[in-house]
Order: sequence, then structure tokens, then C-alpha cells
Amino acid sequence: MNSATPGATTSIEPASVRIDHLEQGTSLWKDAWYRLKKNHVALFGLCAFCSVAILCLIGPYFTGRTYEQTEIGLKASSPMESIFLKTEAFKGGESKRSFVALSNLEDEFLDKTKSDRKDIVEKLARGGAYREGKITYEPSARRYLFGTDPLGRDLLTRVLIGGRISLAVGFAATLVSICIGALWGATAGFVGGKIDSAMMRFADVLYALPFTVIVILLMVMFGRNFILLFVAIGAVEWLTMARIVRGQIISLKNQEFIEAAISLGLPGHRILFGHLIPNVLGPIIIYATLTFPQVMLLEAVLSFLGLGVQPPLSSWGVLIDEGSRTMETSIWLLVCPAFFFSLTLFSLNFLGDGLRDALDPKSSKD
Amino acid sequence: MIKIIVGRLLQLIPVLWIILTLTFFMSKEVPGGPFSAERQATPEVIARLNAYYGLDKPLWEQYLGYLGKLARFDLGPSYTYQSESVNEVIARSFPISLQIGTLAFCIAAVFGITAGVIAAANKNRLWDYLPMSFSMLGICLPTFVLGPILALLFGLVLRLAPVSGWHGLNYVPFHPMIMPAVTLGLFYAAYIARLTRGGMLDILSQDFIRTARAKGVPDHQIILKHALRGGLLPVVAFLGPAFAGLLSGSFVVEKVFNVPGIGQEFIKSVFNRDYPLVLGTVAFFGILIVVFNLASDILQALMDPKSRK
Amino acid sequence: MKNLFLAVTLALCVGIGWFWVRRGTLTENGYSLTLREANEHKILLITVGSEPRTLDPQEAQGVTEHHIVMAMIEGLVAPGIDGESKVVPGMADRWEHNEDYSVWTFHLGERRKWSDGEPVKAGDFVFSYKRMLTPSFGAQYAENLFILKGAEDYYSGKITDFDQVGVKALDDRTLRIDLVGPTPYLLSLVQHDSWLPVCPTAILKFGNIDTRDSKWTRAENYVGNGPFKMKSWHPNDVIEVVRNPLYWDAASVKLNGINFYSIENLNTQERAFQAGQLHKTDQVPLDKVPYYRRTHPELLRIDPYEGVYFYRINVVRKPLDNPKIRLALNLAVDREAIVKNILREDQKPATGYTPPGMGEYEPLNKITYDPARARQLLAEAGYPNGKGFPRFIIHFNTLESHRAIAEAIQQMWKEELNINVALENQEWKVYLDTQNNKNYDLSRSAWIGDFMDPVTFLSMWTTGNGNNNTNWGNPKFDALIEQAARTGDPAHRFQILHDAEDLFLSDLPIVLVYWYTNAYLLQPSVQNWNPLVLGNHNYKFIDLKSERELAK
Repeated sequence: MNSATPGATTSIEPASVRIDHLEQGTSLWKDAWYRLKKNHVALFGLCAFCSVAILCLIGPYFTGRTYEQTEIGLKASSPMESIFLKTEAFKGGESKRSFVALSNLEDEFLDKTKSDRKDIVEKLARGGAYREGKITYEPSARRYLFGTDPLGRDLLTRVLIGGRISLAVGFAATLVSICIGALWGATAGFVGGKIDSAMMRFADVLYALPFTVIVILLMVMFGRNFILLFVAIGAVEWLTMARIVRGQIISLKNQEFIEAAISLGLPGHRILFGHLIPNVLGPIIIYATLTFPQVMLLEAVLSFLGLGVQPPLSSWGVLIDEGSRTMETSIWLLVCPAFFFSLTLFSLNFLGDGLRDALDPKSSKD
Repeated sequence: MIKIIVGRLLQLIPVLWIILTLTFFMSKEVPGGPFSAERQATPEVIARLNAYYGLDKPLWEQYLGYLGKLARFDLGPSYTYQSESVNEVIARSFPISLQIGTLAFCIAAVFGITAGVIAAANKNRLWDYLPMSFSMLGICLPTFVLGPILALLFGLVLRLAPVSGWHGLNYVPFHPMIMPAVTLGLFYAAYIARLTRGGMLDILSQDFIRTARAKGVPDHQIILKHALRGGLLPVVAFLGPAFAGLLSGSFVVEKVFNVPGIGQEFIKSVFNRDYPLVLGTVAFFGILIVVFNLASDILQALMDPKSRK
Repeated sequence: MKNLFLAVTLALCVGIGWFWVRRGTLTENGYSLTLREANEHKILLITVGSEPRTLDPQEAQGVTEHHIVMAMIEGLVAPGIDGESKVVPGMADRWEHNEDYSVWTFHLGERRKWSDGEPVKAGDFVFSYKRMLTPSFGAQYAENLFILKGAEDYYSGKITDFDQVGVKALDDRTLRIDLVGPTPYLLSLVQHDSWLPVCPTAILKFGNIDTRDSKWTRAENYVGNGPFKMKSWHPNDVIEVVRNPLYWDAASVKLNGINFYSIENLNTQERAFQAGQLHKTDQVPLDKVPYYRRTHPELLRIDPYEGVYFYRINVVRKPLDNPKIRLALNLAVDREAIVKNILREDQKPATGYTPPGMGEYEPLNKITYDPARARQLLAEAGYPNGKGFPRFIIHFNTLESHRAIAEAIQQMWKEELNINVALENQEWKVYLDTQNNKNYDLSRSAWIGDFMDPVTFLSMWTTGNGNNNTNWGNPKFDALIEQAARTGDPAHRFQILHDAEDLFLSDLPIVLVYWYTNAYLLQPSVQNWNPLVLGNHNYKFIDLKSERELAK
């Protein structure tokens, strides 16, 4: 293993060249972009991720329904299920309209015999109307692409609206955790000694502190607040990032090109930002793509404790959690949010892998 | 080396002290007490109960009292399990989580590292995308989704595993620890796989690997003998807290499979405002974290091909 | 590397295949037969939901604890086979009372023994009630015994001699109870945990009369007098009780044992039931009710249950201090729709407060769904079409059904009254804190009856009661409750309570939602599990039939 070590000069050169370029704002990123463009899978990831984001952003305006409007007679109707209009006439000319889904239609006539029930449902399903006293049932053209949730709300709209929350939380909290984690870990690893020890023991303390207690305290002290979400999540999610970065930095520190940089008398911050951190971008990107889903799911936990989104608003984490509980009876409640969640994660991971490759300082030699 | 280990273990004491002090005062700040209930007891009763458990004393006195007992390794009584002490709660529930966690760890490490290495060796080819997509499932299906799916599949359809419980179920084909361990393990396997792949790719593009390749060393030898050590560095850094997390159980998995492990106590103790149990479990987890992070740091130092000079 | 991956995959396939092949033999002796075996051996497998905190009846607070304690400790009387009000002899085999129900004498039957072999004496009851009332013991339910003469004084320290409290052992087998007022429902009351006896020798072996959380409740130390005795207790998993041969009526006990599983997750309960690991679940997940109703109606049981679900209104907060607005909020809630579409467990829309099933007490029919009148009331109160109505918040503790109901009500008020309400969920204890400190506008609440009398529902609304928490109070209401406590004639007493409830519903410090039912899954092999309004089953009547017997 010791037989093949990179020459100090060959390694330091690209690094210092790169930092100059960075200051001029040119070639490194251009280079990376060029390499990324050649990576079709990564490009696909980028496109898919952007489409999901755009869909969540503008989609809810085009579904024609709101995320909060209940239609509780509908209950959880499956995607594209036939829906019937039920009109109840009251005295005084007032009438009340509600909707019933095909699968729940039989429950409307529980007072009748089983065969009678079947006949009525069949008649309605064929397009006829049914009248009983003051109540009229007739087919309606209303359809829900992804079905409805147990309160009869349009699932598609809810998922898209929830996506805004989840993507926002995912992005912001991941960014916070990358910044804190990478800086903390890099500093600890680079400086070493007692400071390293103290910094990492501080991380250990944060690991062990009970998260639920912190969240409840935050909520009680500051009330429901979106910023707090990021604080609470950011406070715990950077720890493993810091450990990973620190490990890499320590490993890099002993390599010849860094030793050369030190012996050249470069200031510490330049070595750190110019030479060390660019070399650990790979693990940082990989772990960032892993932090993203964790953060989105953590948001659901916070919602449980009362800090997350406020009902009737929802998020992917909350929707998946709810859907997982009803997966045997109404699977679409799980599949629909899980599909968007997975699509985002897959595209992010492909994109992350592509970025890693593109930014890999050594891969230019490939 | 021994000096370093002893030094680090000595750091455990101040770290634990800070953790416990912070937790003590934070948990007392949280609204609601151990005796609040939907059916309110009268204020006199609450006052009497507080007096009985010493919760009416000034905070610093309670704090000093707790530290004093802690010095004798007495974690106090539990308010949730009224006939047990916190020591007993941990002693009965940790072995269960230990079994599940160890098995889960093995599953995670074996599947994760294998998948990651295979993917890295076949970068951007079918055998890269296949194991990586598979590992993504572990991330896309969080434990509260995967758990019920596995319970339905193996418990109700295939009838191979119990869907709930622990004691007295040893005679079923799948021991009750298998399903929880698989659920937990697959989640961590996904992380390990991705970290392994990334780490391996970093190493495989280094010059000494190129040199080895140029010298005609066979691929599998390069990977297993040269690349794996450096490539697993990020994984090992991740494994410290991950292993501590696995051993201390998971609330979700223990609830889905109704396993009486220690993971649920972390959450339930807070919900019940069972202060001694909160502190006890936090202290316990603190020790695990410090010890396993130490182990992971040592392992990293040993594995790093460069730092051994 | 590829080969390694292939090998792992192959090994997995072989492994799964092996289990698949073995599956054929597994059905013969695997766990899936547990249910059949349990039927053969007459072991009842049920879940009571969460883990009990204690099995000391005098420290117990919840239904969970009560349902387990009942198997091991029997009170003066016990619930009958088809109703808690039709009591059967317990420790007492006969009893009498004076004309106005204020002095009761219980005669303890023969062969009443603790499970350690000692006879159950009247003095043991005196000891138990003394323990309950010992201030330093801090029993949460001590209040329940305040209907004993002198009990409150003893508890507050005004008297120190327990002989002055209205419970006396006239001899070893006669217990006399003197009450502060007429209590026709005493027989229902004495079945409650707080009135159950505990074994003095067992208690004193592990501490003093006021020692809490002592080791006597552990499986190896537990002493009871009921049809079953504890065999093992694995916290968060299972409590096993087995037949108690020393029980006085052991001959009529049909089961050989009961396993009480603590399974909190409702979906896990349901899976365990489907997998044949349980005879009975505690509840049914909301979405499964229609499924069972359609496909397995024989497994789904829906019993009436003494409980009411409502929202507390903080009546000092503007504009909720206006009774017209409170009524308008009530009238705009379509309870029928909530019950029929969200809960679907045959709950009844609450038209009054006290739920039906309280014997002769007729529930009130005062609050219905009338959006037109609600709008009119709102306009009268100064908010025509909800204009300018301040935004207020509904607080609830985090639970799916609570959220669904709150979201539905939020929409109803928006549609019918055009007012905006925000929802805030909180973690359980934070929510309790919010409610107890009256730091809310509207707060989700529920009340479950302790015994078979409307007073268990109504007495909490007296001014300043610790469970009132709405800032509401009405001297007239307090006077009526007081008057009822002094009335012996049951019919007249109910009339007074009726008036009190009517008064309460005219002022409405709450938004009524629904009256509970108790839905659960039950295997057909369980016999004599009859619908009981408090859900307290006397386990000695429960039987299990094997499949052979069922087929006949």
C-alpha cells in the first residue's frame, strides 16, 4: 500500500490551480457542469427533481380543489372511483348536497336487505338515479385522480401542498446540517488535539440529549413556529456529518500534498477551505442526500409533538405515516405520497452521485 | 494506544455529567408532571405525591440528591413502572434490544457493505444501479412503513413469524427478534451501502490503486486488499453512533412488533414525565454513544492507510 | 464480486425456500395453532391496550389496570354475567341497607380466602379503606371514599382516629358502612378499584400502610382473593394469571388462565388477532371497522360504553363567554355526519351530556344539528354571517381520530357559520397542562363513567371542581347536585339530576360531539362475553369453546 503514493507536486498543483480559478469564478464549476451534463443518469435525476419541485409549487393551483375542503361523505375513495351525488331536501326549500363513493354506497342502505341493496347500487352504477323520500342519489362526473383521504379531501392536492413543506424543510435543514457539520468536523479534524477532543465530545453530548424533551421545550417556549423546525432538526442532524468529515480530514491531513502546503506556509484557513474541504466534497454530498429523507421524516415526528405543520396542512412525512396505518384498506393513501417521496429521493441520489463524480478532483484524470 | 483509550474513557465522566445536568433541568422545565392525568387528582393529592417522591424540594436539592444516588449507581424509582426501579427497567429491556440490535447490525453491515462494494466496482453500470436502487428502498420505506409490510407478509401471509410479543414465542420458526431486526437492519443497510460506494469510489480513483492496476493486480484483490480499508472510513465514522442507536432500540419498530425493548422507554419516559427513567435512559445512551464513538475513532485510525506512518 | 452478490441472493432464496417447505409442518405445531391450543387448554388471550403502571388497585388510575386487577381481586360484590348493575356476591354473600341507602351492612361469605391461604376478614376492608384515606399514601382516588362518614375529615387530618370513620368490622364477617348521605348506587361503586380490598399481610410485608410502589405487586408477591392469581409479569409484553384454587367459587370458574398482553399499537393488535395470537382486541383501527362489518361481521363487536366526547369551552374568553355563541357552535356541528363517516363504530350523536345506559336515567335530547338557527344565533350575538368573529384555536392531543374530528368540525363551522378556527395538536401532558391551566379557547375532552350513575358525569361541573376546567360555574347547578346527594328516593333523585343537566345544557360550557361505543374484535370461541356498559367483565363467567364444541 505504501508503494504507490501520489507525488506531492502533482497533487498540490491542481488544488492550488483550482482555488485560483474559484476566485475568478470559472473553470471548476464549468468543468463540473460539463462532466455532469455527460452523466445521463444524473441529468435525469436533476430533471425529475425539478419537475417534482415545480409540480408541488404550481400544481395545487390546477387541481381545482383545496387541501382543506372536506367532503366527509366520500370518506377514503380510491383513485378515479365513481362518485354519486346525494341530495337531501329539507323543508323550506333548502337542500343539502353531499357525495358518496361507489364503495361506500351500500352502507347508505343498511336498513334494506342485502339483495335490495345490491339492486340499488347496480342501478346507480349503470347511470340511473335513485330516489327515496327526500333523498335523491344520482351519478356525478366528479373524479379524483389519486382518490381522497378519510375526510374526503383530494389526495393529490394534499400531497402537492405537503410536498412544499417537505421539500422546504428538507432543503433548509439539510443545508443547515451540511454547513454546521462540515465546518465543525473539518475544523476538529484539522486542528486536532484538545480542541478536536472538546469539539467531538460536545457532539457526543448533543447525540445523547433526549430529542423529544428539546422539541417539547422549544414548542412550549416559542410556540408553533416554522423557523423552529429548522433549528430543532438542524441541531441534531449535523452530528454524523461532522464525524464523517472529521474522519476524512484526518486521513487527508497526513497526505503529502497537505504536508507540502503546510510546509509552504499557507495559512490554516486556506488549507482548510482550499485544499481539505474540496477533497471531502464526495462524502459530504453522499451524506447530504441521506440526510434529506431523514429530515423529511423527522418533520413528521415533530408534527406529532406539535411543532411541525399545523393541521389541516400536511407534509409527506405525516401523509406517509397516516397512509402506513391504513395500508390494508386504502393503499393509495400510502402509495401516492410514498411515490412522490421516493421519486424525489431517487432523483436526488442520482443527482448526488453525479455531482460527486463531477466534483471529484481526481476524476479529471480519468 | 491504551493511554488514548483510558484518556477517552475518562472523558466519559464530564460528558455524562453535562448530559445529565442538561437533561435534568430541561426535563423539569417541560410542562406537565408525572401525576397529571385526564382525570385530575385534587391539588392536595398531587402535592402529597410530589412530597412522597421528593418532587416538592427545590430543584438544586433534587439535583444534588440525584447525583448522590447516581454515584452509588442507583438510578431511582420509575414512575411508569411503579413496582420497578430504573435499574431494573434497563436491565430487563436492554438485553432484548441488544439481541435485536446486534442482529440488525449484522444484517446492515453485510448487506450494506456488499452492495456498496459491488456498486463501486461496477460504477455506472447495471450492477451499480441495481444494488443502489435496492438499497434506496431501505430509505424510501421508513421503518414505520416497512415494519407493517413485513409483519403482514411474514406474519399473516406466510405465517413464519409472530406479529407481536416476545416472551413464550421461542418455538415459532422465526424467533420474534428476526422481523424487528430485519426492519431496522435494512434501514441502516441503505445508509451503509451508499456511504460504502462513495468511499470506495474516492479510493479507487487514487493513484496508488491506479499503480496497482497498472502492475496487473487482479480486481478483486485491489478491492479487498487495498481499497476496502480506506473506502470504509466514512462508513466507520457513521457506524459509531449508528451502532449505539441500534443497540438502544427503536421506538417505532418496538411498537410495530410489540417487542419489550429499551427503545420505547426513551420516548415513553418523556411522555410520562418519568424523570428518573428519562435520566436513566439518557445516561445509558450517553455511555453507549461515547464508547462506540471511541471504538469507531480507533477503528478509523487503524484503518487509515496513511495515518499509520 | 458479482459472484459474492449472487451467492448471497442464492443463500437467501434457499433459506426462504426452506422455511416455505417447512411451513407445511409448521401449521401442525407452530404458533398459528396457539388459538386452538388456547381454546383446548382454556387460556384466554386478550389485550388491554397499554402496559399497566401498577396492579395495586389503590394506586391504579385507569381502565387498563382495572381490567387486570379484576381478575385477581374481588370486591364486596362482583359484576354479573350480563350487566354491572346486576351484581352477584363477591366477598359478601348478602347485604342490606337502611331505608334511605345511607347505612349498609355487608355479610362476608364463607370460604373467602386470600391466595396466601389466610381468610378474608371484614377488618381487611377497614384496613384497605384506611390505606386509601391515609394522606401520606396519596391515593389519586381517595376522593371516591369521601362518601364514608368522617372520611374527608380523616383525610384532611381533622380527626386522627380511624374508628370515627364510617366503616366498621362488627365481627370478622360483618362490615358496616355509614355514609354521609343516601347512596343508592353503592353496589356499583364498590366494584371500582378504589373500593377493592387489599391483603394487609402482603402490604405490610413490603412496607408500611402508606408505602407506595412497594414490591408486593410483583408476580411472586401478589396476593389477591379473586378467581385468578398472578403467574408472571413481563412488562410491555404479557401478564399471565392462572386459576386460583383457593377462590371461594373456584368450581364455577371456567377458564384455566388469562394472558393479558399489553399491545398499544391498534394495528398490531389487529394483526395479532388475525394471526391467531389473541381472542380479543382492545379496540379496532378506525379504517378496519367497515372492513370487518362487511366481511367478518361475526368477529366485530360493538358494545355501548359509558363515555362522552366533547370540547371544553373556556367561557371567560371572548366571544365564547356569550351563551348564544356557545349554542351556535353546538348547533352547527353535524354530529351524525361525524359519527357515520369518520368514526363508523355506531357511536351516537350526543344530544345531551350523560350518555344512555344509566339505568332509569333518560338521556336528554336537547342539542341537535340546526345550522339555520346557529346562523341566526350568531347574528343575534353580533356576528352576522361570522363577520368579525375572532379566530380561535381548538387544542387537542395528538391522535388521528382527534385530528380528523377537529378538521371536520373546523370545516363545518367555516361552511355553516363562516368563522375561522385554527387547530393545534399537543403532546399528551402538554395538552393536559394547557387544559388544567385553562390556557385554551376550545379543548378536546372526554369523560368515561366510573360507575353506573349519572352523578359520575355531572358532579365534575360544579363550580371550581378540579375536573371542570372551563371557568364555568352556576350556583343553581351546584345546589341541584348537592340536593341530589341528599335524596334517597331513586326516581326523585334522577329527576333532580335531570334538571341539573338541563340547566347545564342551557349554558353549555362544552361543544357536544358523540357518545362512545366500545368496538373490538372477538373470537367466536369466547363465551359469555356480554355487552357491558362499563366493560368490566367478571372473568369467572367467561368460557372458551374448542372448535369441536363450536361445530356442534
